[in-house]
Amino acid sequence: MDLKFTTETYRDDFSFRNSPEAIRRYPFPFHADSYMYAINMEDHVAGKPGTAYEHPIDVDEHYISEMADRALVLKEDPLRCQALSHMMTAQWDTLELLMIHQSIAYPDLFTLERDKDKCHWINRPLGIDDKFIFGDRSTLPYEPMEYIMRQSQGDFCIVDQRDNSLWMDAGMVTCQADWSLDFDIGMSFMEWHAPVPMAHELGIFDRALKFLMNVQQGRPARRLNWTMTVNPRLDTSPENYHKWGSEKTTVTKENIGAKLHLRCELQSFWRLPRSNALLFPIRQYLISLNDIATIPKWACRMHRVLKTIPDPLAEYKGFSRNRQLAIDFFAPFDNGQETTKGADPE
Amino acid sequence: MTVHTEMSVTVTDIELVADAIKQFTLERVDGQPMPAFAPGAHIVVSMMDAGRLRRNPYSLMSSPRDPWNFRISVLRVERSRGGSVFMHDVIAVGDTLTISQPVNLFPVDILARRNLFIAGGVGITPFIPMMEVLNEKGGVFELYYSIRSRSHGAFWSEMSALYPNRVKIAVGAEGYRFDYHELLINQPLGTHLYVCGPKLMLEHIFNIARDLGWAQENLHFELFLAPPSGSPFTAKLASSGKEIVVAEHQSLLESVEEAGVDAPFLCRAGACGQCETRVLASDGEIIHNDIFLTDEERKSGTKIMPCVSRFVGVGLTIEL
Ligand code: FES
Repeated sequence: MDLKFTTETYRDDFSFRNSPEAIRRYPFPFHADSYMYAINMEDHVAGKPGTAYEHPIDVDEHYISEMADRALVLKEDPLRCQALSHMMTAQWDTLELLMIHQSIAYPDLFTLERDKDKCHWINRPLGIDDKFIFGDRSTLPYEPMEYIMRQSQGDFCIVDQRDNSLWMDAGMVTCQADWSLDFDIGMSFMEWHAPVPMAHELGIFDRALKFLMNVQQGRPARRLNWTMTVNPRLDTSPENYHKWGSEKTTVTKENIGAKLHLRCELQSFWRLPRSNALLFPIRQYLISLNDIATIPKWACRMHRVLKTIPDPLAEYKGFSRNRQLAIDFFAPFDNGQETTKGADPE
Repeated sequence: MTVHTEMSVTVTDIELVADAIKQFTLERVDGQPMPAFAPGAHIVVSMMDAGRLRRNPYSLMSSPRDPWNFRISVLRVERSRGGSVFMHDVIAVGDTLTISQPVNLFPVDILARRNLFIAGGVGITPFIPMMEVLNEKGGVFELYYSIRSRSHGAFWSEMSALYPNRVKIAVGAEGYRFDYHELLINQPLGTHLYVCGPKLMLEHIFNIARDLGWAQENLHFELFLAPPSGSPFTAKLASSGKEIVVAEHQSLLESVEEAGVDAPFLCRAGACGQCETRVLASDGEIIHNDIFLTDEERKSGTKIMPCVSRFVGVGLTIEL
């Protein structure tokens, strides 16, 4: 695929847009006409060309702009990137994994040359060309995790596995859906998942924890999560709630199509080789309701899914206020016919 | 769907390192570097042994710093159901084997302030890379290694030379045994205990640790348990609609795989829980050889670990 990078913003004038190709490759999260909360883990294997699943680490047209937005967030708030000191091996594991996957999938954009520990990394979209020694922190301008995450789309958590649990011990989180790395750092799996309604009662987390602790090298897993965001803002962090919380009240019948965005998170789970830690890339994909409406099947399904979401969940995902407006927006697209199986656009 | 993450390797060196232990050096056929791994990891070696597919797990004992080969050690178990005898008698330098990606079910706790390693026999292997990495990082460890005789034990002289004050050897033939109770009672609070060896030794040491009130999080083990042999039996696989016969020297899991049915596994030694399978019907007795299920689950007769457990009776139907 020939990638044409767009220049756009995720703040102030919100010039973020999806091209028609970006819409078609959107990882639409609803596989059926009604909604059920489930963990839905599957193997993270390469998907069909032209989808967001084509490569295990996806790079798309928003790459340069997202990296620019990340740099802005980090400048304002350096605590968005943190790593506890015992995570250094995991940091190098992460750098290696992301460099290898990006350079194999996009050889025109990224090149990694290696001679034992001597590495040469070229990132053409961002104009980076660095030589460094693998394992030697002093040869990179940042710690290895920060270095590579400033060049990789999505948020990342590096999770240590010990004492029969998982621990959020490092990460770079600048485009999160309302959670805070600074708050969760060092917490165990059960602690950082405490707020999700219903999930604890369903025993979902116990099963998810068991599953994650058994994720094996060379065999990553993935799941989709989603929420709704007013305006294409990447950084909807609790720290910045004052900036975006009030935007929820700006949605009207007239502007909802352009203003309200479905925000899908593609979470993948990778075992890191040297540290035995886990890497969780959390990749966000934004799409406006207007853009969804260009795909008839998705628009029809949105109408049905939004109607069947239980109230506490709509509340948790932060869109109960605009839910009815969104249902009304999609109502004209619901033709009453059964939709085809799966989440593909046709 | 199974994700194929296996790779072909060539045996580039075989060395007899003790009376019945051979060390194999493996390199990738495609010339690529080996996947990186953390100490404690094992690989699963697949082999065609007299027309029968065997998959045996072996701990990685090579240096995690060396990306060009893997080393494993195999104890020849006479009268065993195969695998180890095949590796010893048939496999020669230049042969090709298929191995899995490293799987780590025995990692070192990086925050542990003190690590106590206890090895029995060929159970020494995972501790070799563990000690190498801890030694580099300035971590605190001690190894207690029991062997039957000096000629039966592998790597004891190398390890004693590398870490002179931190390695203790007990040679059974010389009438020396460790007093594990004494050893454990004298450990500082917060010590992490790692045991790798035969099932009886493991149970013995863990019973002591539990009696002394050690926290579950501080106890780590790797079990060497070849799937026990037993009388042949028949099993129905409900989801795939097949009926299989498990031979005397074959595990239920191996028989399932031979029938072309995909079943989950990680340790193949009855310890990790990954292969847990529901029993839908049975008229007979399940011989639980695993150490994963609770006593209650065992009694209920509704679960089986196909990697090591067997069945005596008729009409075993499992959900696979
Ligand atoms: S594969 Fe680990 S218990 Fe059976």
